Amino acid sequence: MFKPSILTTAICLAVSISGVAQAQTLNWARAGDSLTLDPHAQNEGPTHTLAHQIYEPLLHRDMAGQITPALATSWAALADNPNVWRFNLRQNVQFHGGEDFTADDVVYSLNRAQMDTADVKGLLTSIQEVRKVDDHTVDIETKGANPLLINNLTNLFMMDSGWTQANGADKPQDFANGETSFAASNANGTGAYTLVSRKPDEKTVLKLNPNYWGKGQFPLEVTEIVYTPIQSAATRVAALLSGEVDFVQDAPVQDLTRIAGEDGLKVVTAAQNRVIFFGMEQGKADLETDSVSGKNPFSDKRVREAMNIAINRDAIKKVVMRDQSSPTGVIMPPFVNGWTEALDEVPTYDVDQAKALMASAGYGDGFSITLNCPNDRYINDEAICQAAVGMLGRIGIKVNLDAKPKAQHFPLIQNRTTEFYMLGWGVPTFDSAYIFSYLLHTSGDKRGTWNGTGYSNTDVDAMITSLDSEVDLAQRNATIAKIWDQVQADVVYLPIHNQVLNWTMKDNIDFAVQPEDQPHFKYLSFK
Amino acid sequence: MINMLIRRLGQSVIVLLMVALVAFIMFRFVGDPIAVMLGQEATGIDREALRERLGLNNSLLVQYGSFIMRSLQGDFGISYRTGEAVSSMILDRAPATIELALFSGTLATLFGIIFGVTTAINRRGVISQAIMTTSLIGVSLPTFLIGILLIWLFSVELGWLPSFGRSGAVEIGGWHTSFLSFDGFKALILPGITLGLYQMTLIMRLVRAEMLEVLGQDYIRFARARGLPMRKIYYYHALKNTLVPVITIIGLQFGSIIAFSIITESVFQWPGLGLMFINSIYYVDIPVMSAYLVLVSLVFVTINLLVDILYQLIDPRLSDAQTGAN
Repeated sequence: MFKPSILTTAICLAVSISGVAQAQTLNWARAGDSLTLDPHAQNEGPTHTLAHQIYEPLLHRDMAGQITPALATSWAALADNPNVWRFNLRQNVQFHGGEDFTADDVVYSLNRAQMDTADVKGLLTSIQEVRKVDDHTVDIETKGANPLLINNLTNLFMMDSGWTQANGADKPQDFANGETSFAASNANGTGAYTLVSRKPDEKTVLKLNPNYWGKGQFPLEVTEIVYTPIQSAATRVAALLSGEVDFVQDAPVQDLTRIAGEDGLKVVTAAQNRVIFFGMEQGKADLETDSVSGKNPFSDKRVREAMNIAINRDAIKKVVMRDQSSPTGVIMPPFVNGWTEALDEVPTYDVDQAKALMASAGYGDGFSITLNCPNDRYINDEAICQAAVGMLGRIGIKVNLDAKPKAQHFPLIQNRTTEFYMLGWGVPTFDSAYIFSYLLHTSGDKRGTWNGTGYSNTDVDAMITSLDSEVDLAQRNATIAKIWDQVQADVVYLPIHNQVLNWTMKDNIDFAVQPEDQPHFKYLSFK
Repeated sequence: MINMLIRRLGQSVIVLLMVALVAFIMFRFVGDPIAVMLGQEATGIDREALRERLGLNNSLLVQYGSFIMRSLQGDFGISYRTGEAVSSMILDRAPATIELALFSGTLATLFGIIFGVTTAINRRGVISQAIMTTSLIGVSLPTFLIGILLIWLFSVELGWLPSFGRSGAVEIGGWHTSFLSFDGFKALILPGITLGLYQMTLIMRLVRAEMLEVLGQDYIRFARARGLPMRKIYYYHALKNTLVPVITIIGLQFGSIIAFSIITESVFQWPGLGLMFINSIYYVDIPVMSAYLVLVSLVFVTINLLVDILYQLIDPRLSDAQTGAN
């Protein structure tokens, strides 16, 4: 009589344990939907997030932001040729459709990602050629040595060459030719989750891939993911409060206290890889939107310095951001190579000193200028601009605020038709060179594409170019530090703060915030 | 009659062409699609190349002309945002909007008439006063606020109804319907009320005013004198005579429910045409915006055309007057 009862208990226990492990659905909501399932067609956060569940790159950034092997197990530049990186691929990996993952798929995918309709091609401009060495080894040759090539590969997903070709999806989505692409609405990756169904803007359902190579290495406790974009912030919060969703990636800052105070819910916070700042046109001889004729007040460094110390970043943090930001003195998020505490130090807020600087520059009576600001791109973007208007008003700069949707704001910077603007910047490569190349190099076709300030310093340009091929990392870091010293001394931008990410979820979920705002659900576990 | 129809059809086509033209002129001010389509690594050369390939460098008239030509062949292009064919996007999302419009239209009509008659019969009653007062909410509160209040009450506090989405929709022959499952119906209730509240108030006030007028007329008094039951007098004889203007309004409002469900759909993440349109504005998705605007004007033009034809059939004097003028 004793034996069977133990057996029954054991069975009951086994059933209940496996019952817990089974069928954990995660209802996940954020404001925007992924734009397409084609992993090379768009280079945009929410699109990459969904792609990361289904597809995998050779290597990716884990939940702490560290580069971790995915489909490649190891990589290194060849000892005799720094221009060539060799990648050893993971063996016995299969796509969801059952195809084997081989070197041919890597060559095919990386070539596909460089086609002119691929939006991710901007990350691969340094690549000369991708070569198969054997079935599980691939060489990537770069134009000149590129010590940071792998930093650019974290969002470059591997597709199966056979599946993609057979379905006529050789090229990423071409918006001009009027035809839809098979890969935009179907997916076949190697990732931890397979696509069950998808209706854009409505619902996407994924389920755990039973043949995933990472079984035993990752928690993989979520067995089904139901992803719903919910555009209205209030509705998103309501859905979390009512228990209809388990995880909301972007709750508005004003609702965080309410959510944190609710039983069964929690807010997890971490710094985001995105810095917010203002840029000023300092290159032109005269500005159009200012009240000064014949001169450009921003070209006087004293004016830029005055503005830099007239902005009370702590007040913006407290009042506008409800403590959800970290003020900074440099246009670089803290994860980035080149970041130091000294650079990050917030300029001391000092109105009197600022007024004195304005007076010594000959603008004691101030001037007026138009500030262009987005109103649907960054957290509380327009409110930050409004706060800055008031603060600059105290030193006599009368700012006219012009806030517009991002589709109208960004062309102003790209065409250099704005003279004072807000911009936010994320650094996907986690290296200073990315910031230098886009924001501080003299503006041109290849580099400085987002430098709307007119800042142009040939010494700085030369140092920026030299970073691309500097193989000696110590030397490279020294150059990076030198560039920062120069541009900080020149007060090219007015840094405001780094954004903070707030992921809100049910409190039985154990999930750290990823600095790129990229949840990889294979790492999620339940308590 | 045939003459009138041909003339009307011609006018409708001109209206559609004008709407498309105005839409194209407005797109210039919505923003630059290239800025949202390409990521931050794109260079100026990339942007220029895409702009050229999409034909955005062409003059307004050339862009407009090619849109008209392609639309005539049934090709509305593909969405800049999702890469789907615009025509299939519209077909895919239309059922959600049409069902929401039908549901809220029915709610508005049913309760509008009931409340309208009640408040007319019993003008000084407590219930009538209460209905009249609360109906002010319907006209004075903005739709998104009503939606949020309903979500807060019924989803967050009471937990009875879903706060977002169109769960429980069942597919029948390519049409996703919410009417055939309990979950689907539950998801319809809050957006249906939010969208229909304004229309209900409108119908209720119209019915009430018409009823008050009709109730003062002689035939009602005679009916009373004959000793007919009061309920029959109100709901049969009187109501019937108030319905002509009410039906006109309901018909016209149906068009605007479909066209203006944008706010309700974005509050409730209702996956219909309104949500699609608002997303396409954020993204400067020109193919979707132009197709949607033309579609909405087509709905209005068709309804107006039908109303005109109905008027002619109901009241022959209208067509006589027009032939006389010609």
